[in-house]
Amino acid sequence: MHEIGIANAIIEAGQIEAARRAGSRLVRIGVRVGTLSGVDNDALRFAFTALTQGTDLDAVDFEIQTCLRRNRCLDCNREFESGVYSEPCPGCASQQTKLVGGEELDLAYVEVEEP
Amino acid sequence: MSTISVENKVLSENQRIAAALRSRFEEQQILCLNLISSPGSGKTTLLEQTLSRFRPEEKVAVLTGDLQTENDARRLARYGFPVQQITTGGVCHLDGRMIERALSLWSLSDIDLLLIENVGNLVCPSSYDLGEEAKIVLLSVTEGEDKPLKYPSIFAKSELVVLTKIDLLPYVPFDLAQARANARLVHPGVEIIELSCTTGEGMDEWSSWLSFRRKAAMQRASAALV
Repeated sequence: MHEIGIANAIIEAGQIEAARRAGSRLVRIGVRVGTLSGVDNDALRFAFTALTQGTDLDAVDFEIQTCLRRNRCLDCNREFESGVYSEPCPGCASQQTKLVGGEELDLAYVEVEEP
Repeated sequence: MSTISVENKVLSENQRIAAALRSRFEEQQILCLNLISSPGSGKTTLLEQTLSRFRPEEKVAVLTGDLQTENDARRLARYGFPVQQITTGGVCHLDGRMIERALSLWSLSDIDLLLIENVGNLVCPSSYDLGEEAKIVLLSVTEGEDKPLKYPSIFAKSELVVLTKIDLLPYVPFDLAQARANARLVHPGVEIIELSCTTGEGMDEWSSWLSFRRKAAMQRASAALV
C-alpha cells in the first residue's frame, strides 16, 4: 500500500545520483529489500513501472535484490539466514537468537550511461 | 556505462528526521512510544485507560493518527492531557515529518512521556521510524492468532506485544498460547502482556512496563549528562 511512496523515493534518489554526473542518463536502479522490511516486491515493481511509464524514465531497469532474514545465535555467536521466521541455530540448536538482518530497504546502486 | 554504488537507505530523508527527533527526545528526557496495530485492536481504548490512570500533573502527551476525523483526539482529550490528532488525508502511516510538525506546536519541556498512536495498519507503519524508543504492537483476541506470522515485519520490530480484549476469550476461538508462540517465532524473546481494558485485567502489568521504561529513559538521560 505504501509502495508507491517508496518507489517514488527510489526514483528521486536515483535521479539525484545520476544528476551528479553531468549529461549522464539513468539506465538502471538497484535496491535491496529485506523479507522483513514490510515492502512487497511485486507491489514495489508495479509502483515503479506505474510511476515511470510514459516518462523519460520509461526505459530504466529496476532490480530488486531480496535479503533474507539473518539471525545471530546468542549462545555460539554464529550468524545464519532463515525464512521469515526465526529458526534454531544450525550450529548448536539454540533457540536464543537475535535478528540482525532482513529489514533492509536500501538503494544499492544506479547505473548510468555517460556521454 | 558506469555503475555508481550508492548504499543509502531508500527512506533516508525519513531516517534523518527520525534521528533528529530521537536526539531531541533524549535531550529532553522524553520516552516516546509508537503504538501500532490493525484498525479496531484497541489502541485508542488502551490509551484512554492509560491516561485515566495518570495523575493530572504527569507530563504525558498523545499524538494520534488517522486518515480522517478528529474522533480519537476528542476521546483522548477528555483526560486533560495534551492531545493532537494527525489526519494523514489518505496516507496509510505516520512519518517523521508529521511528528516533527505536530511537536512544533508543543513545548517539549512539558512532556516526559509521548505516546504516538499510529494509523491502524500492520504493514506500512513498520517501515517509518518516528524517532520512538520502542514500537509496541497490539493484537486483539478477536483477530487471528496467526497475525504475527502473516505480518512478521511489525512483530519483529516491536519490543512489546500487547494482546488486548482478553475478556472476550470465552466467546472467541483464539488460542492464546499459540498467539504467544507465533509472536516469539517471529521475534524470539519478545515481551508479551495480555490485558483487557474492560475488566482492567493486566492493566497493572502494562502500567509497570510503562513506568519501568520511563525510569530507564530518565536514568539514561541523566547518565548522559554526567
